[in-house]
Amino acid sequence: KHTTIIMATLTKVLKPILGSQLGNTAKHVVIYLSYFHDYHAHVICPLNVIHYVYLQPPPAKYGGRHTVALIPGDGIGPELLNHVRELFRFCCVPVDFEVVHVNSASTREDDINNAIMAIRRNGVALKGNIETNHTMPPNHKSRNNLLRTSLDLYANMMHCQSLPGVHTRHKNIDIIIIRENTEGEYSSLEHESVSGVVESLKIITRNNSLRIADYAFRLARDKGRRRVTAVHKANIMKLGDGLFLQCCKEVASGYPDIEFDSMIVDNTTMQLVSKPHQFDVMLMPNLYGNVVSNVCAGLVGGPGLVPGANYGRDYAVFETATRNTGKSIANRNIANPTAMLLASCLMLDHLKLHDYANMIRGAILTTMNETRLHTVDIGGQGTTSEVVQSIMRIIQSSGPLTTEI
Amino acid sequence: LADVSHVMGAIKTQSPLPRTFSRGMVQDPSHFDVLVMPNLYGDILSDLCAGLIGGLGVTPSGNIGANGVAIFESVHGTAPDIAGKDLANPTALLLSAVMMLRHMGLHGHAKKIETACFDTIRDEKVLTKDLGGNAKCSEFTADICRRVQDMD
Repeated sequence: KHTTIIMATLTKVLKPILGSQLGNTAKHVVIYLSYFHDYHAHVICPLNVIHYVYLQPPPAKYGGRHTVALIPGDGIGPELLNHVRELFRFCCVPVDFEVVHVNSASTREDDINNAIMAIRRNGVALKGNIETNHTMPPNHKSRNNLLRTSLDLYANMMHCQSLPGVHTRHKNIDIIIIRENTEGEYSSLEHESVSGVVESLKIITRNNSLRIADYAFRLARDKGRRRVTAVHKANIMKLGDGLFLQCCKEVASGYPDIEFDSMIVDNTTMQLVSKPHQFDVMLMPNLYGNVVSNVCAGLVGGPGLVPGANYGRDYAVFETATRNTGKSIANRNIANPTAMLLASCLMLDHLKLHDYANMIRGAILTTMNETRLHTVDIGGQGTTSEVVQSIMRIIQSSGPLTTEI
Repeated sequence: LADVSHVMGAIKTQSPLPRTFSRGMVQDPSHFDVLVMPNLYGDILSDLCAGLIGGLGVTPSGNIGANGVAIFESVHGTAPDIAGKDLANPTALLLSAVMMLRHMGLHGHAKKIETACFDTIRDEKVLTKDLGGNAKCSEFTADICRRVQDMD
């Protein structure tokens, strides 16, 4: 669906972005706002130069300070997010948090709706995992899932990188996993028409498959990656995964500079544990994404190390990649804060606070790789607070103005 | 699963999520013993575990039916490029046959062949190409047969 917009209005909007390139040639510029491409404007100038302009609503920013929704969640979430706040205060990061608690034991949806409203208001959120109790009745939906689908956070992005200071079997892994985040096996559509026989619906739509494939290829191009591998089981699920694969191939044809191949999910997991270096960017539907991202997290050292991001058209929510509640290690000061702290750095990048993001990220990596202060999950004996203190000391010693430790 | 384990009593059961398996399997597989799961997860995790032990060339499998009807098979491909050239690694199919013998109750024979096969691989003197050696399939098999004979 394309709409041709009146020139005068849009040149006013785009002039500051494209600068003098528009100028007097404005009357020759034609702009299409494509709904499929989600607020991208294709600007075709008379010189045949195509500019892609991403028009996104600005994150909540008042008086130079951003406001971000913070959902502590359950298990280790609250303590890790407290460390994030402590670190941000220490570094004088211009971010204020609007804390929204979600009670996972409650059957009412008020809490999660408040959280969703807060995220809509602020545009960005940092969250811990909200526990989903298996013993609740089937109509009680996963709160995390509800959040993702209501806000249409269609892309889950996880960048798995080996840390030199962490001992793992395979070294130098660098894989980006793009997982469709809203449909597939997580549609929560199940029925038991006959007692003892349950049917689950796995939903794959052309629209969402094209959308996630496009996201993956754009990301690959932006980050200079060479190959995108689609992971599927289309030999068995011929219509569902077949459609997904078909959509990936269609999108791939529009990015001739990026190689595209596909691999069946069972072979993929086998290859990941034996020869992980063959993978670059991986693209897949929801459930395979869940399994593959956990395998990759295991390859680089575990759930405590990898941050994850959920992106939609209008909102972004950051959390740990493997979304663990960590009930058994909660409140014992042993959880690894790395994943959550790196997720907060991804959030700072999203808010365009790159200096703060790089400063904190650098300190985290120094702690992991040089100081080698590790928590129990990666073979060390440090406590959560010792790791955070170390990060703060490194930041303080590298110069910028900070508060007292 | 919960109902059956209640009946069987002594065996400990756990029910982690498939993502927890896949991660736990990669980091420390030793604390898993027997895993039971539905079809799709089984497909994914069986290949993942095969990757951990050396690949499909050494992984046996069996399909057991309700009345004791069973089919044992290797799950690797047909390898048309090396077919008929006496180069293939017979381990997967051989160990599947061992599973079949156990299913039939011939535990003595099964144990002998399995031990001989493992010893040949452990020795590293006669190995097929995929395991890093340059022996032919028939040479590898002959070595296993020799060990079985020596056992008697």
